[in-house]
Amino acid sequence: MLDDFMMRAALAGIGVAFAAAPLGCFVVWRRMAYFGDATAHAAILGVALSLAFSMSIFVGTMVVALLMALTVSALSGRGYAMDTLLGVLAHSALAFGLVAVSFIAGVRIDLMAYLFGDILAVSRGDLAVIWGGATLVVSLIAWRWSALLTTTLNEDLAHASGINPKREQLVLTLALAITVAVAIKVVGVLLIAALLIIPAAAARPLSRAPEGMAIIAGLIGMLSAIIGLRAAYVFDTPAGPSIVCVAALTFLATSVLKGVRPQI
Amino acid sequence: MSLVQVEGLGVRYGARTALSHVSLCVEKGEIVTIVGPNGSGKTSLLRAIIGAVKPFEGRVKIENGLKIGYVPQKLHIDETLPITVARFLRLTGGVTATDIDQALAQAGVPDLAKSQLSQLSGGQFQRVLLARALIEKPDLLLLDEATQGLDQRGSAAFYQQIETVRQETGCAVLMISHELHVVMSASDRVICLNGHVCCEGTPAVVASAPEYRALFGTGTGGALALYRHEHDHGHDHGDHPHDHNHTEAAE
Repeated sequence: MLDDFMMRAALAGIGVAFAAAPLGCFVVWRRMAYFGDATAHAAILGVALSLAFSMSIFVGTMVVALLMALTVSALSGRGYAMDTLLGVLAHSALAFGLVAVSFIAGVRIDLMAYLFGDILAVSRGDLAVIWGGATLVVSLIAWRWSALLTTTLNEDLAHASGINPKREQLVLTLALAITVAVAIKVVGVLLIAALLIIPAAAARPLSRAPEGMAIIAGLIGMLSAIIGLRAAYVFDTPAGPSIVCVAALTFLATSVLKGVRPQI
Repeated sequence: MSLVQVEGLGVRYGARTALSHVSLCVEKGEIVTIVGPNGSGKTSLLRAIIGAVKPFEGRVKIENGLKIGYVPQKLHIDETLPITVARFLRLTGGVTATDIDQALAQAGVPDLAKSQLSQLSGGQFQRVLLARALIEKPDLLLLDEATQGLDQRGSAAFYQQIETVRQETGCAVLMISHELHVVMSASDRVICLNGHVCCEGTPAVVASAPEYRALFGTGTGGALALYRHEHDHGHDHGDHPHDHNHTEAAE
């Protein structure tokens, strides 16, 4: 069944949604949306470096995304407001990445494929990387779940319970870098943050517990991937953006639902 | 040995010194209250005890295996995070349904287990935080202005609850409060802090100490009235800036 490119695309989308759901919840709860953006945008620099040194795109993007995330963590609270800092870093990383790509002579690369993803070209090898990375991310978050939640609620409360908030932040940072690296093929660097945030935000009105929100976000993400791919096939639209559009419509629907129904 | 022993503690944030040469200890079962003006390093002291800030100098010695229950000053629960009171209490791990009911009852909010955290009132929320601190059966309870945002009756009831908890569980309490008149009556010992320990002793001793009056004036007469009648209206240092030179004299 993996011979069918549509099947491979669907499996890739589902894999990314699987990893993005629990991580996306933390991105929403901790107000890290910009942080996700900055990490994702830096990945294009990773692509350029991977091509220049002819190493695996997955490794290159992950390393650069991780460096970016660590830089942001280190610089935060040092004189600039977080959104300013992230605005500077995210867009300069993207710009430097785009410039760097243009320097790579002799390599013909489809820049659009990295900016918006190329889910229909997912190979079996890509699938293995995506599912391996996604499993790693979900296991990492499941392992640290209670500690991460406590840290998210209040860092001093975490300290008092013997949890080191910096370590938990590092866990999320690492998970984010892996997710960016595996999602680049599916939605591209420009839309990774959307895949993190939109399913989680859409799940919020339907949930009463953090675990429930992560599971519902996962379901919404996976459905968006399947329906988005189908829509892209039928209407001949770009696949990555179509997936994000379906997720956005789901967000709209659950938000309206929250409006007409008393808060649960 | 004391539950907590702070020796010559100094805390700095960049170039700003929050605390210097602070020494104090908390013994088993006692209620110690820290009073002091805004920015006097009260919260920094508690944060140093839980290990959230590294001491610049001195050290914090904590008895081996001491369980600390911490009630933070204010906790903002983001609306985007759905979580019930029961789930919040279970975050500590190894907690049973009975533990949850018991802790909530001890904190005086027995019926909130199924409520969403983000929809509690200020008073309910502080009591849920207290329940969370109590659920691990702590030897020491740290309260950082736990009644902020409560009205006078609410905070009086809250501190009464603390005293009941102490009687029931025998845990020591180290707390910060602005509401001197409410808190001091319930304390065994009061420590007056302003970057350093200005004075300490029983509530009556501290209330009549010149260092304390220099910080708070006699305008906080309510704090004193619970111990003795205040006849001395002659000196009011409240309007003068605090003079740091008296510190050593207080030791």
